[in-house]
Amino acid sequence: MSELIKKTAAELVALMAKGEVSSVEVTQAHIDQINKVGDAVHSFLFTSADSALATAKEVDRRRAAGEKLPTLAGLPIAVKDNLATTDAPTTAGSKILEGWISPYDATVVTKLRNELMPILGKTNLDEFAMGSSTEFSAYGPSKNPWDLTRIPGGSGGGSSSVVASFQAPLAIGSDTGGSIRFPGAVTGTVGTKPTYGAVSRYGLIALASSLDQIGPVARNVLDAAYLQDVIAGHDPYDSTSLTQSLGSMVEAAKSGSVKGKKFGLIKQLAGEGFQQGVKNRFAEAIQLITEAGGEIVEVDCPSFDYAIDAYYLILPAEASSNLAKFDSVRFGMRVTPEGNPTIEKVMAATRELGFGPEVKRRIILGTYALSAGSFDKFYGAALKVRTLIQRDFDNAFSKADILISPTAPTTAFKFGEKVADPLAMYLNDIATIPANLAGIPGMSIPIGLADEDNLPVGIQFLAPNYQDAKLYEVGAALEGILEGIWGKRMIDFAPNLEVK
Amino acid sequence: MAKANLMDYEKALELFEVVIGLEVHVELNTKTKMFCGCRNDFGDEPNTNVCPVCIGLPGSLPVVNRKAVESSIAIGLAIGCKIEANGGFSRKNYFYPDLAKNYQTSQFKDPIAYDGQLEVEVPSGNKFTVQIERAHMEEDAGKLTHIGGATGRIQGAEYSLVDYNRAGVPLVEIVTRPILGAGSEAPELAAAYVRSIREIVKALNVSEARMERGNVRCDANVSLRPKGQEKLGTRTETKNVNSLRSIERAVRYEIQRQAQILADGGSIIQETRHWHEDKGSTSSGRPKSDADDYRYFPEPDLVPVQPSIELIEKLRSELPENPAAKRKRLAGEWGFAEMEFRDVVNAGLMDFIEEAVAEGAKPQAARKWYSGEIARIANSEDKDVSEMNITPAQVAELARLVESGKINDRIAREVLSAVLAGEGNPDEIVTSRNLEVVSDDGALIAAIDEALAKQPDVLEKIREGKLQAAGAVIGAVMQAMKGQADAARVRELVLERANRA
Ligand SMILES: [Zn+2]
Repeated sequence: MSELIKKTAAELVALMAKGEVSSVEVTQAHIDQINKVGDAVHSFLFTSADSALATAKEVDRRRAAGEKLPTLAGLPIAVKDNLATTDAPTTAGSKILEGWISPYDATVVTKLRNELMPILGKTNLDEFAMGSSTEFSAYGPSKNPWDLTRIPGGSGGGSSSVVASFQAPLAIGSDTGGSIRFPGAVTGTVGTKPTYGAVSRYGLIALASSLDQIGPVARNVLDAAYLQDVIAGHDPYDSTSLTQSLGSMVEAAKSGSVKGKKFGLIKQLAGEGFQQGVKNRFAEAIQLITEAGGEIVEVDCPSFDYAIDAYYLILPAEASSNLAKFDSVRFGMRVTPEGNPTIEKVMAATRELGFGPEVKRRIILGTYALSAGSFDKFYGAALKVRTLIQRDFDNAFSKADILISPTAPTTAFKFGEKVADPLAMYLNDIATIPANLAGIPGMSIPIGLADEDNLPVGIQFLAPNYQDAKLYEVGAALEGILEGIWGKRMIDFAPNLEVK
Repeated sequence: MAKANLMDYEKALELFEVVIGLEVHVELNTKTKMFCGCRNDFGDEPNTNVCPVCIGLPGSLPVVNRKAVESSIAIGLAIGCKIEANGGFSRKNYFYPDLAKNYQTSQFKDPIAYDGQLEVEVPSGNKFTVQIERAHMEEDAGKLTHIGGATGRIQGAEYSLVDYNRAGVPLVEIVTRPILGAGSEAPELAAAYVRSIREIVKALNVSEARMERGNVRCDANVSLRPKGQEKLGTRTETKNVNSLRSIERAVRYEIQRQAQILADGGSIIQETRHWHEDKGSTSSGRPKSDADDYRYFPEPDLVPVQPSIELIEKLRSELPENPAAKRKRLAGEWGFAEMEFRDVVNAGLMDFIEEAVAEGAKPQAARKWYSGEIARIANSEDKDVSEMNITPAQVAELARLVESGKINDRIAREVLSAVLAGEGNPDEIVTSRNLEVVSDDGALIAAIDEALAKQPDVLEKIREGKLQAAGAVIGAVMQAMKGQADAARVRELVLERANRA
């Protein structure tokens, strides 16, 4: 394995800036790794080695010419396949969009292009980001690099497995209920869901508009900070994007400290029903935070008990409407049944064949939740719970600077284990969902391996709205402490992928 | 389609009380669409004014057009509404191929304007106060063209084409509360109300306000209840009635149709109905029930619409004169007889006359041209005066030419035809066709001498007091001058000659 791909994004950027390594070399090293492990891990739905190398060459040329380049120029990246790109198909993991090429770039993609980052390809996801395992991708699941028989988390299992298997130093994810943080936890990587509106959603194929947020996927906190700084910022094309700047995440990560900060231990997410190995690592992390000068306080968030219920009404309601546009009329798949069908029949046949089971389940659920007779009982009630959860957070943040919990109740499970049981699958997101309902930022970082299965465990940090920087401060601090103890990085515990 | 039995109108009104409700859609004339930067112009080549947002491509997001919000607030203020300080958009979900996202971004719970009222005068001079429930913002859908069917309608068509240039065009929908008590004048009131709305949005300059182009469209709800009954009857909604005259006819037709059904012991089906201009009747459309479920929910891609007090007050201070108040003012200024003024208003000629007066025409002269010759020609060509190819400035010029004696009435009519035919401005036409009246007394006197030589006894007759004898000479002179003489001047000269001799 090339030593280059083992380096952090920050290290690669520094090497390129010093001229010790070229962007073409860095990009080629990752393309080589994709060629080596790509089939086994199945992270990518589409790879674009040629255009990535072309960008890399351009960066090298401009660097040689002495031009001032953006910070991450020349650093390759992978993009989740629910972001619209003009030079690669965008499928959102669905058959209904197979082969669709967007006529426009998502704002985040434009930002990556402006940053001169070679885009290696589009990463796998559960269809329309509905799932926690990538098993609902219409193009087959991605594998967990720690154990290829296990899930890499979802929906962003493509992006998490890409960085965990060194196919890219960074990736873009999207998080509606944990789709960045849960995959981060189960692959021993770092993922942040920024404050709602911190990153433009323009060009992100919407799952649930009021919950969706794009964020960075990386192998360490500083790298994630670099990426968040590139993709964040107001976008006039997204009315919900924030107008104020949230500051520099890189500076926050570099100044990382837990000292004097109050960490709120969420009573409702302290371990009941959680895997023992997860609880053990989490307890140790708390211990380390205390030793480093952080204070632990318990906070009560009683409405969290209803978070999953509310989430699985609000999300399907919005999704049922967002997905209505997939009707064969203007783009995407078209299925024309026999016998001179009406447009209604064409739409129905297309959606019947084009959507997978989880998507249909949620469309049906959401349509029902919004219908006249049940609106107040379901959607209306869910909005009330959402307000109560926001209130719980307000309360909790009056007592603590940062809230903590395990990111997920379990480590990576095996393929097929939960796919037939939607409710069990939904429970993976029990700790991550409240942040989306409240809009607040959250981050998952690895804190070791579970005793039972030697698989990664993650801790989740949550901060008040607009205070993403706090996540990077405490995340980088705890990461530093852990790496000090381990004498290496978390990802270095991962088994070498011996493939081909 | 069986022709419905219609009850005699007078009889229907004896038996039933009429309740109407009007929904008027006003297309705003903003430069760009409601939620994207595409040009708000759907007359262009199909699907050229489109972008990822208005054709609903995956990942695209709407952004509210600020100008459209301001126009909507202005409309709301002009119809006496309160303005919502914290409103927003909702999604109205239904599948239809002209609807790019398969939901319409509209306002549901908190419309931009609500609780207004408008005083409307019907042709008889009676005045009614129409209560306005709300005015809300929404986007228009694309335009479907059905190909291959005999009727141009979806039934029987082989395929359909969609033009999304219109998709996302900003609309304001103004909805009245049920209007009771208009009695036999309900049809006139419906038309007068829509005319008022049209006048207002035109005065505000927020819409082209041309009904024939669909800038202002009306859906008319009609229901009947037996006199003395409290409960409202079942209503029908006649869609897209696109002229004032049709609104009146459609409402009258529905009253007569429903009355006959109810009198026969039948019941009215709650449905949308289509108005057929050619047949003068409505036909059954889609059944519509309160169970129509659009699954409204707040549009999560947009932030709340929160106009500031400052903005609202600024827009209020900029409101133009209320058209009804303006009518009152102009009636005073112009000094027309009451009937003359009412005819002008009812014929929709007030604005034209106002503009012509602003261009220098005398009010009576402008009125005479518009309600006379121009209206007559428009009528004979089955057009609206607004569609005639003449500007108020041209009318003013025409009136000035007559007033100054450069042309007479007969020639002025010829000049008008030439203007309408696109030959240019009146003075250009007078010059190019050499139509100026002969005002050179020398030429006229020569012609008079010639005529008198043929009718030597005329002067004697005039002196005897038979002034009408002059007519023969005047006629001869006018003939000799090919009509390009001021007959009054010729008469003067003839009488002068008789008195001198
Ligand atoms: Zn557009």
